[in-house]
Formats: sequence, structure tokens, C-alpha cells
Amino acid sequence: MDALRHYFRLHRSNCIGALARIARQPFASALTILVIAIALALPAALRVAVSNADAMSESWQGAADFTVYLKLDVATEAARRTARAIESRDDVAAVTLIDRDAALAEFRAKSGFGEALDALDGNPLPHALVVRPKSGVAADVEALAAAIGKLPETDLVQVDTAWVARLRAMLALAGRLVDLATVLLGLAVAIVVGNTIRLEINSRSTEIEVTKLVGGTDGFIRRPFLYLGLWYGLAGALIAWTLVTGGLWVLGPPVRTLAALYGSTFALHGLSLPESGVLLAGGAILGWAGAGLAAARHLRAIEPQ
Amino acid sequence: MIRFENVFKRYPNGREALSGVSFNMERGDFVFLTGPSGAGKSTLLKLIALIERPTRGTVLVNNQNTGRMPRRKIPAFRQRLGVVFQDHKLLYDRSVFDNVALPLVIAGASRRETEKRVRAALDQVGLRGRETHAPITLSTGEQQRVGIARAVAPRPDVLIADEPTGNLDPELSIEIMELFTRFNEVGVTVLIATHDLDLIRHMQCRRLKLVAGQISGDVGRVKG
Repeated sequence: MDALRHYFRLHRSNCIGALARIARQPFASALTILVIAIALALPAALRVAVSNADAMSESWQGAADFTVYLKLDVATEAARRTARAIESRDDVAAVTLIDRDAALAEFRAKSGFGEALDALDGNPLPHALVVRPKSGVAADVEALAAAIGKLPETDLVQVDTAWVARLRAMLALAGRLVDLATVLLGLAVAIVVGNTIRLEINSRSTEIEVTKLVGGTDGFIRRPFLYLGLWYGLAGALIAWTLVTGGLWVLGPPVRTLAALYGSTFALHGLSLPESGVLLAGGAILGWAGAGLAAARHLRAIEPQ
Repeated sequence: MIRFENVFKRYPNGREALSGVSFNMERGDFVFLTGPSGAGKSTLLKLIALIERPTRGTVLVNNQNTGRMPRRKIPAFRQRLGVVFQDHKLLYDRSVFDNVALPLVIAGASRRETEKRVRAALDQVGLRGRETHAPITLSTGEQQRVGIARAVAPRPDVLIADEPTGNLDPELSIEIMELFTRFNEVGVTVLIATHDLDLIRHMQCRRLKLVAGQISGDVGRVKG
């Protein structure tokens, strides 16, 4: 019980002592912490960017619109009925009918093939319906398209989800790249902390030597350095969080304006609570680990002479 | 308490510091280790404090064979040992109190126990009331006494000192030696390396003389 209390008292005093040590050299500590902050802010910011892009691509309802071409012999009245029938489905948000006569007129005016069209007898264009599904999920869209394809009036359903799929694939790739960057920059954080701790160990070699001489165990000697690493990592993570959150705060209004111009209510979202927790804990753990590596490597070398 | 059996110590550079040293110290002995500089006095003390290990032979401290002790057991071993250095080896970024308290903190003494023992140790070396001072503001003699207080604060079984009066004038040196005598009177086994023969001339103690890595004299021996 006493040993346990002693253990916790040592931890507390090391924990506070390490903080005091950082405060005693504000400039050097600030530089280290800033480097760590940037190394942590980069993957955090990229992650937020990808997740926002994800959210944005989901919010693009238009991405899922598809076109239904009705059979040529379907009359205008029947086409309107079909449109209404489809629109009444639960999974459909809206249906727009493109009347074949209106389409022909538009085509004649815009395409420059007017004379070629005159050579044909009658209107070669069918009635068309532009269907906007409620869900943007590819599987839902395809299920809806298949259902409409079975209607007797339907000639052809043209779903162009390929580009959405491509965008999704690109975002998945970007996410994977961010994962890689996170690993590399996390390693960088551990190395930066490790190097700082190595210098700290060298500058405190007398203290380490004396402590070993009066019977200090490896754990006793290592602990202050581990806490130093922990604080460096945690402080870096806090600043990284502030950088990312501040950046989003600055970008928020122009993004909202831009989204409004496209008729969207899209707004940037920042780091969620769990993500913030991961960032802070990750920084602290990386700092601790970097310090642990440096301590394991360099403390042994300092022996009483 | 301390036993050397045919101990050799050769450093990696090939220099042989000890060549076949054997002696025995009982619990409560007070022994001076004399001899010219370079005779191997420091090496002998380093073998006791496990700063070095013997190349050959056996060093027993408190019935523990130091040559075979695994690295992880060294801290606990050193906690039972008080060591005083010629250059004090104080930590100058800490107060006198924190310096003396260091071995107690390591050993896990409670806060109250630590304060009590630090006060007692400083009292014994005549530095009562200097707890909050920085070591650098003290004289060399006072710093040496802080070093001694740190060595005796955890109440070690054995106290070893390497030229503890090396940098002190004769008057201060006598004071320091008297300090060691007092610790010995309460049962601590004391071994002091010194080249200052004038200083110990009047002290009734056993003297081990070391010359060129070998024991060349053992006088004033009281016990077998």
C-alpha cells in the first residue's frame, strides 16, 4: 500500500516536474512543440478535408439522377401517367418529364442538325423522364433503376453512376494516402520527441549518473523523460487541434457562400469529439513512445565513472 | 562485511589497477585505504560500489558477490551503500534538501520520513537550517558535508569515501574525519581512501596500504 502510494507520488511529481522543465525553457520547448504540432496538424487537416469531400459527394443528390427513355409508341398522356406513378414511389424524390416534341424542338435549335431531322419522317426522339432518387447510395439507385426498367412503358434506363463511383474511388484512395501520411508523420513526431529527449538526457548526464550512484533504478531515472515526452506530444496535439479548428473556422464562411451559389446547404464540419480525442491521445502516446525509445537507447550509456 | 579475495582489475586499455588484492573488513570496522595516487585506491572503491567489476577474484559486500550481480539488482545494492566523492557530485539545480533527500525518494520513504531523515542528516554534518540553500552558495567544505549527509541519510550499512578531504584545508579535513568517526561509532562500517597521511596519523584506525595495485601494509588491525 505504501509502495503503491510512493509509486503514484513519484509519478505525480515527475509529471509536474516535467511540465515545469518545459516552462523553464520556453523558447526551445515552443520550437519542439510547434514542429510536433505541424506534423500532427497535417494528417489531421487532410483527414478532415477527405471527410468533408466525402460528405459533399454524398450531399450531391444530382449525382444520382438518371434518365428513363420511354418506348416510342408511348403517348404524351401515358408518359405523364408513368411520370406520376414513378414520382409516387417512396424512394423517388422527383421526376421531370421531357416531352418528345419539346426535346425535338430544342435539339433542332441547338444541334445544327435541323435539315437532317427534316429528312426523317416523324420525331425520332422518345419521351424521357429524369428521375431523382431519394437516396444517393449507388446500390439504392441501381435497384430503383432496375424496378423502373421493368415497367412496360420503359425502353431504356440510363444510369450514369460511373463518375460517382470514380469520385468515390478517388476519395478512398485519398483516404488511404492520408493513412500513409498519418503513419509517416506520426513516426516523425516520435523521432522529433526522441531527439529532443536525447539532447535532454545528454544535458542531464550528471544528474543521471548521481541518481544511479545512489541507487536509482532504470525506471526511476527514465520516468521524468517519459513524462517530458508525453507533455511535448500532448502540447503539440493541442496546438495541432487549434490549427485545424482555426483553419476550418476561417474557411467556413466562404465555403458556405460557394455552396449556396450551387444551391447547396453544405457546410464544413471539423474534428468530431472522438477524432479530437484520438488526436490528443495519439500525440501524447507518440511523445511517450519517442521518449521511451530515446531513454532505452541512451540512458544505459550513462554509467557512473 | 567487505571481503576481497585475490582480486584483479584490468581496464580495457590494458592497465592493471589491482593485482591480487585480498582483505577482510568486519561489520563496524573503520579502515583507511592509503597509498600514492595511481595505486588503485579509487578502483578498489569502485569495485565495492559496483561501478566496476573485478576481472578476476571475488568481491563480497554484505555477503553478496558483486562480480555475479545482475545489472537489475545493482540499484537495490547501492541503496544499502553510502558513497562520498571527492568532487561531492551534488546536483546544482536542486536545493540542499533535495540533494540529501534523493536516495530517500529513490528508496520510497514517505514524505514525513524523508523530511525527518534529511533534517537529522544535515544536523549531524552541522548544516541545520540550510535546507533551502542552493549548493553553489555553500563553501567547498559545506558542499562536501552535504555530500556526506546524502550518503548517510538512508542509514547505510557501509559508508565508503574517496578522498573526501581532497580539496579541503587541514582544519576542515579534521572536522570531516571526525564526522566519519561518529558515524562509525553508531555501527556503520567505514572505508575511506586518502593519501593524506598527516591527517590520519593521530587516528587509531586500521590502515590498508595499497602500492601498485597490491596490499603492501595492513596495520592497526583489531580483529582477525
